[in-house]
Amino acid sequence: MNAAPTQALEGGVAEQLAVRSRVLERLRAVRPPLAIVADDEGLKPFETDAFISHRETPMLAALPESEAQVRDVVRACRDLGVPVVSRGAGTGISGGAIPRRDGVLLVLTKMSRIDAVDRLARMAWVEPGVRNIRVSEAAAPHGLFYAPDPSSQSVCSIGGNVAENSGGVHCLKYGLTTHNLLAVRAVDADGDAFEAGSLALDAAGYDLLALLTGSEGNLGVITRIAVRLVPLPESTQTLLAAFPSVRQAAEAVSEIIGAGIVPAGLEMMDRVVIEACERFMAMNFPSAAEALLLAEVDGCTEEALEAMHGVRAILERCGATEVRVAEDAVERERLWKARKGAFIALAHLLPDFYTIDGTIPRRCLPDMLDRVYELAKEYGLLVGNVFHAGDGNIHPCIFFDANKPGDLERGEEMGGRILEACIEVGGTITGEHGVGLEKLAQMCVQFTPGELAAFHAVKAAFDPHGILNPGKAVPTLRRCAELGGMRVEGGRIPRADIPRF
Amino acid sequence: MADAFIAELCERIRDCAAQRKPVRIRGGGSKDFYGGAPRGDDTIEMHACSGIVAYEPKELVLTVRAGTPLDEVERALAAERQMLPFEPPHFASPSPSAPGGGRATIGGAVASGLSGPRRPYAGAVRDFVLGARIVNGKGEPLAFGGRVIKNVAGYDVSRLMAGALGTLGVITEVSFKVLPRPAAETTLAFALGEAAATEQANRWAGQPLPLSAAAWQDGTLRVRISGAPAAVAAARTKMGGEEDASGADYWMRLREQRLDFFSGPAPLWRVSVPQTTPPMLSGHAQLVEWGGGVRWIRGDLDPISIRTAAERAGGHATLFRGGNKSIGVFHPLAPAILKIHRRLKAAFDPAGILNPGRMYDF
Repeated sequence: MNAAPTQALEGGVAEQLAVRSRVLERLRAVRPPLAIVADDEGLKPFETDAFISHRETPMLAALPESEAQVRDVVRACRDLGVPVVSRGAGTGISGGAIPRRDGVLLVLTKMSRIDAVDRLARMAWVEPGVRNIRVSEAAAPHGLFYAPDPSSQSVCSIGGNVAENSGGVHCLKYGLTTHNLLAVRAVDADGDAFEAGSLALDAAGYDLLALLTGSEGNLGVITRIAVRLVPLPESTQTLLAAFPSVRQAAEAVSEIIGAGIVPAGLEMMDRVVIEACERFMAMNFPSAAEALLLAEVDGCTEEALEAMHGVRAILERCGATEVRVAEDAVERERLWKARKGAFIALAHLLPDFYTIDGTIPRRCLPDMLDRVYELAKEYGLLVGNVFHAGDGNIHPCIFFDANKPGDLERGEEMGGRILEACIEVGGTITGEHGVGLEKLAQMCVQFTPGELAAFHAVKAAFDPHGILNPGKAVPTLRRCAELGGMRVEGGRIPRADIPRF
Repeated sequence: MADAFIAELCERIRDCAAQRKPVRIRGGGSKDFYGGAPRGDDTIEMHACSGIVAYEPKELVLTVRAGTPLDEVERALAAERQMLPFEPPHFASPSPSAPGGGRATIGGAVASGLSGPRRPYAGAVRDFVLGARIVNGKGEPLAFGGRVIKNVAGYDVSRLMAGALGTLGVITEVSFKVLPRPAAETTLAFALGEAAATEQANRWAGQPLPLSAAAWQDGTLRVRISGAPAAVAAARTKMGGEEDASGADYWMRLREQRLDFFSGPAPLWRVSVPQTTPPMLSGHAQLVEWGGGVRWIRGDLDPISIRTAAERAGGHATLFRGGNKSIGVFHPLAPAILKIHRRLKAAFDPAGILNPGRMYDF
């Protein structure tokens, strides 16, 4: 919604074509030669990421194989005043990698090398196009793994993970992407490479690594990442409990943490999800279950066993009607199936869904869920809830049929209202998926003009020309002022300016 | 009261910015020794901006005003069997007559960016900062991050405040992720040379063992293990060594630099390098902390040669205490990084009035 009006303001078609041919000329001069996609057919796959309600054809796509090529592309774009949008595997669901008609799409999937894992130092240098799961696969023979595990880990790229500061199901204990990096090499808007962080445990100066992580391609093009690897736990214990109410399940989460146990994972699923799982996976849960809680504890054998017994006692005390403990790895896979297969099971119900990503203080979970159900009723849409209960990160899934006129719009509007409810209780509009294009409007609600101005100033420190993924992650102040005016008028945020196909 | 303090603070900074008058920001004054010599004559005393704003033990989240004494924060956490996992040093130097009394404040702990012995295994200050309220150099009150564990809205400016030594804004409030205190803790001692000790510490760190500190001094490697009693007992058996009955006291004195190693007037250098770096700069008194990640070095070393050695190893060297500060306390920055630093400073503090000279020459 931000990109479209800006692009409409760009000069005439003739001028656009002239810029395009100048860019093409510069990119064709890159040595060694750079892979370039310039034909409409070839550009089709790059029109969107996983935020599929938006679509745009980039001016060109470049697929560099080295940092030197990235530098050449960025320099060319800077010289010609052309925006650069970086993209990894394109699995982001907030639209951060949606191209611009007036910009070059820098596709980093060809940069997919993993340097040797340094076992003693527990780290590895990897290129941004490496798929998340490959890092842990490469580390496994050394008894190590890369902890952040977004649910798309088999396909998503590590560069995208850094750009979004991705989470996963094990964040409560192992942290987000930002906690699992040592250093990042990036190319700034002048085409200069720099290294943020260090292989030591700290670096001199400001924490530029903290800024780069989660900056959604706005502060630099990431070319190399030093990931921190941690020992694989000796033992893992997995429990799945059924509760007659969400409130009781939420209470159990608080009790577990209050008891001094920090589980590796703590996931909750609501009635809608349970029913879908039941229908498609025959999990045989008690029919009256309103909430399922999946808890995983790990550590050395004795520790994990002790924690499992502790968690089990708490689950039972908090009113669980059934507690299952995985006896072995196969059993554990089966229990996780309810969580991991939830989205697939849900997709059987209705063809399209829209996943919300807010974080709230954990104590607000039951009330927030009630609010989500009320909104679902108001909008006449089905909502299923799967979330990372341990860290208060909720993922309501709104189901709709994109072929039904108005369904998508209503779904998006409802999503916006859930996010605003998150802000009201002291939470945030995005826990791990990023702002991208999707949540620009809610950024205006969460931050004051002064704070947004500070974000723009941070961007300008890295990107004084404003060419790196412009229009994403942080809304312009003018845009917020416009939205503010409309909000008073309608009480809701209109989303009519979003181009849809 | 806090609101009035912040309103007054904003006004004062606006005045200073208008007159381009540098100001020093000070909590309890416990870390006055650290960093470059501050240039301002005017001091903003933060100890009045004090108190725990919110603490929900079951959320693992604590929000506290910047001027709150660090020991008060630690007591509140201890009462709920929780802790600040980064184990910040206090460096308290009681002086009852001084404002703030020489007690460390939580704001100072964040601004200095210093973490204690647990850092390699639990994370640094910046890893536990969830949100911060600041007043920037234009006198604007701003809030970044929040009080929830996962939050990716906007750039991570609150973590940027950790270690920025107040040069980008006056921190007025910080939210942290906190963790349960380990139920059991013990220290094991091993007679080993420096090279063997750091290698051993790194090898253990790559195994599922509950390490929480590792330091080598005078032929002894000390390793602290913490966690559930069962985990500590199992690790104790696997690792061997001698139990060090005064271990808890050792780690406290190491963190607070009260070991004999730290006494006397010789300059103290902090060399931060990859943990697996072989012994370096031999011939000078050394204490190796953070499982090899920090080499404390005493003596009148040539700043150029110590910085060259640190850089070659992929790290950086800080003149931590004493010595001649005019050579620059912190490691010089690479040109591409320095460029970004100057622009960030100008973005947050365009008049250049907040703690100028405390970190670099800006």
